[in-house]
Amino acid sequence: MGEINGHAILFLFFGILTCLFSLAVVFSSNVVRMAFYLILALAATSGLHFLAGADFVGAMQLVLYVGGTLVLLVFGVMLTAQNPFISLRTAGGDWVVAAMVGGILLVILIPVAFQVGLPPTEASQLGGRADREAVTSTDPVSVPTATRIGLGLLGVPGDDVSGYLLPFEIISIHLLVVLVGAAYLARAKRRVTVRDTPGTADV
Amino acid sequence: MSQFLINQLGLYPLLVQALMAMLTASLILGVIAGGSVVFIWMERKVAGRIQDRLGPTRVGGKFGWLQTLADGIKLLAKEDLRPEGADALLFRIAPYVAFCASYGSFIALPFATGWVGLDINVAVFFVVAVLGLEVFGVILAGYASASKWSLFGAMREAAQVISYEVPLGLCVVIPVMIAGTMDLTKIANLQAGWFTNWYLFHDPFAFIAFFVYYTCALASVNRAPFDLAEAESELVAGFHTEYSGLRWSFFFMAEYGSMFLVSALGSILFLGGWNGPIPLAEWVFGQHASGLSGFAFVVANLLGLTVFMSKAVLCVTVMMWIRWTFPRLRIDQVITTCWKYCTPISAVMFVGVINWQLLGLPNGSDLLPHHQLGVRQLPGAVREGAFGKNQLMPQAQSRDEKSARHKEALPAPLHAVSDRGES
Repeated sequence: MGEINGHAILFLFFGILTCLFSLAVVFSSNVVRMAFYLILALAATSGLHFLAGADFVGAMQLVLYVGGTLVLLVFGVMLTAQNPFISLRTAGGDWVVAAMVGGILLVILIPVAFQVGLPPTEASQLGGRADREAVTSTDPVSVPTATRIGLGLLGVPGDDVSGYLLPFEIISIHLLVVLVGAAYLARAKRRVTVRDTPGTADV
Repeated sequence: MSQFLINQLGLYPLLVQALMAMLTASLILGVIAGGSVVFIWMERKVAGRIQDRLGPTRVGGKFGWLQTLADGIKLLAKEDLRPEGADALLFRIAPYVAFCASYGSFIALPFATGWVGLDINVAVFFVVAVLGLEVFGVILAGYASASKWSLFGAMREAAQVISYEVPLGLCVVIPVMIAGTMDLTKIANLQAGWFTNWYLFHDPFAFIAFFVYYTCALASVNRAPFDLAEAESELVAGFHTEYSGLRWSFFFMAEYGSMFLVSALGSILFLGGWNGPIPLAEWVFGQHASGLSGFAFVVANLLGLTVFMSKAVLCVTVMMWIRWTFPRLRIDQVITTCWKYCTPISAVMFVGVINWQLLGLPNGSDLLPHHQLGVRQLPGAVREGAFGKNQLMPQAQSRDEKSARHKEALPAPLHAVSDRGES
């Protein structure tokens, strides 16, 4: 570890950004600012994914989480548009509960983080060369992460993976049903009134 | 080049990495800034000609070349205003958010074979994902301005962008599916050769999908006839009503950057990227730019860069043409266009292309003989490493063998069992 490692610097950079923006989400009192900090924290997390070489997961993080927060932001704006810059004060009891839940999660996560182990040193890299070669090999099936994820999801014959096609399909149908239901519940019930007063439909 | 700096000049690898990153970053910044200077001038000229005017004529000579520069200096000199009720932090930061999203997606956009800021193999996905973040800047600007016009504009933009990401995504998936990779460089290289290899001419479904893509791209970058977020006849200037000076110009750089980006993405996905209508570089140098090295590679890539830029600029020009030709849609018409027309059409095109691929119907490259023999021999195979045909074929065979071995290992299929039972 004598030489400065660019990867480590970037990791620290994105890690500190994530932490800072997460803290900003907690300590900010404006809904829209909270959502904005949340976006930045999630974007920094996707930076960590990219840094770890999981580019598909990183891009997915951007689409799903950051894009999902967009909706949150819109709702925040819509809810506070009547009374601009409404501030949400957190009550004392909530702080205690939140700190407890967060603390428990931290207690679970820290041992897990240490079980994964420290980044490989020079000696252990030489020792575990076979592992490294397996990871960085140019086997046609295992090169791009997206291809590997896709094949793993489908469980292509030839790979020793059972595949997740059926759960994926079940989730898709479930989401579709939820979407249709939501659209049905939220639709404008205008047609009845139009029938009642003919002629106003064109106005 | 980085190897040269490390080995010959004895610089720290980290320093060299940082230098190369900064060089790439400033080149991309140059593309966006230079691009918006040219495009704003072009927009004025196109608008002028369409409205039977001349457009700018005086600044910088005959055609008003330097009009944008003059505008830029004027913008720099303007006062940086902020409304009294505004959320100061978000108001200041919003233009940069919009600009960073536009800038971020340029990182993964290749300009020719190997000439890309960051070569990631999910580049298509990355570009679409990051481009979708531009709307954050608009929403933040609309909210933080403490102005009803701005807020209306921002809400419209949010509804529009969230809706149009669906058909846009479906259309983007079509070339990805034909190519079998999400790497933009590989997608473009697979379309090398004559123009019949372009995915636009792959099959009728892909042809229609390009136009749906273009419509959705127009909407997602907030251009007329979908520019409801800044509808000047109703909302003064929409989300940027309260902005002035440099911050305002950041919104415009983001807009023109995104216009160029979706055009460039469209030309890579459907119009063959840096491969010209005729394989000129292949005639001169004997093979495609991706197989060349040294001086020939640079020349072939410069040619490719010119072709690529021409295609992208042509698409941007058509966007301007559309802007000054079509009237603006109402918000309900915008949403109707998305959910009742673009989404179903793109879904049908998606299924159509799937079936075209599945049935192995002849595609555009079959119109001309002797083209890309190696690629079509692999229906449905994972075509990573396009143009490494020597490597590609053994890989494919090994995959087949692997699955064949797997089949042997499995118990006999059901129909075989039933056959045995009958006999």
